[in-house]
Amino acid sequence: MSTDTPDASVDDAPSDAADGDAPSRAELAARVEELEAQVAAATTDEGDDGKKMSIIATKGTLDMAYPPLILASTAAAFGYEVTVFHTFWGLDILHEERSTDLKLSSVGNPNMPVPNAVGALPGMDRVTTSMMEKKIADNDTATIEELIETSLEMGVEFQACQMTIELMDYDEDDFFDGVTTGVGAATAVQDMAEADIQLLV
Amino acid sequence: MSAEFDITETLDVQGESCPMPVVKTKNAIDDLGDGDVLEVLATDSGSMSDIDGWAASTGGVELLDQVEGGDVYKHYVRKTE
Repeated sequence: MSTDTPDASVDDAPSDAADGDAPSRAELAARVEELEAQVAAATTDEGDDGKKMSIIATKGTLDMAYPPLILASTAAAFGYEVTVFHTFWGLDILHEERSTDLKLSSVGNPNMPVPNAVGALPGMDRVTTSMMEKKIADNDTATIEELIETSLEMGVEFQACQMTIELMDYDEDDFFDGVTTGVGAATAVQDMAEADIQLLV
Repeated sequence: MSAEFDITETLDVQGESCPMPVVKTKNAIDDLGDGDVLEVLATDSGSMSDIDGWAASTGGVELLDQVEGGDVYKHYVRKTE
């Protein structure tokens, strides 16, 4: 046994070496040329102005609706091809009716001007939302609708997750014109894989 | 100062805040021709850094000047090719 095994490996070794010698200089040169071409193609792709950004929007409170829209429109201004995939409460941002009535939670955020115990009282979300809406208006900050319209005009693709549309019992017609429906997580993963910037909001 | 270049068009985004100064600047530049100069009037103090950053990483534009005077921030952007 112990003598057979080394013999076998000795037999294998020369044949491996023989295979290794097989490619001729010309074949190797051709292979190098092929690889150089591939590297050049990959480099050119990156050099293209095809920068991409992929955002996943999962939140539907008034404060959390802003960041994905501001970043999407700004990235579009930078020349990025932007996709925003809206899922769960993030769908409400694209919902034509519900997007005008996004609310701010008065509990769960210690920076709120009211203590959680008070914030939990009925109607307090309405109060804090009104305060925020007034600040937005006073400060001339763009509204959610303005940001969506602007982003759409700049070519941002808004996607509404099909699974959550059905889960929330929404209709595909409930969303702003230009919103893509009939997409799922695989579409989002593909976008993220191709993107230079990926964000989950 | 601005005598070094002729202003083709002026974009007034006074009163507007982030991200609108940059977004509207980009859209206004798209409507101009090569070599044209866009003047942007803004009151958003963040526009100094934002328009600078946008111009630096966006192809086809050159930031000629930024002037901070009183409450208005003036930006001069040339469309290049």
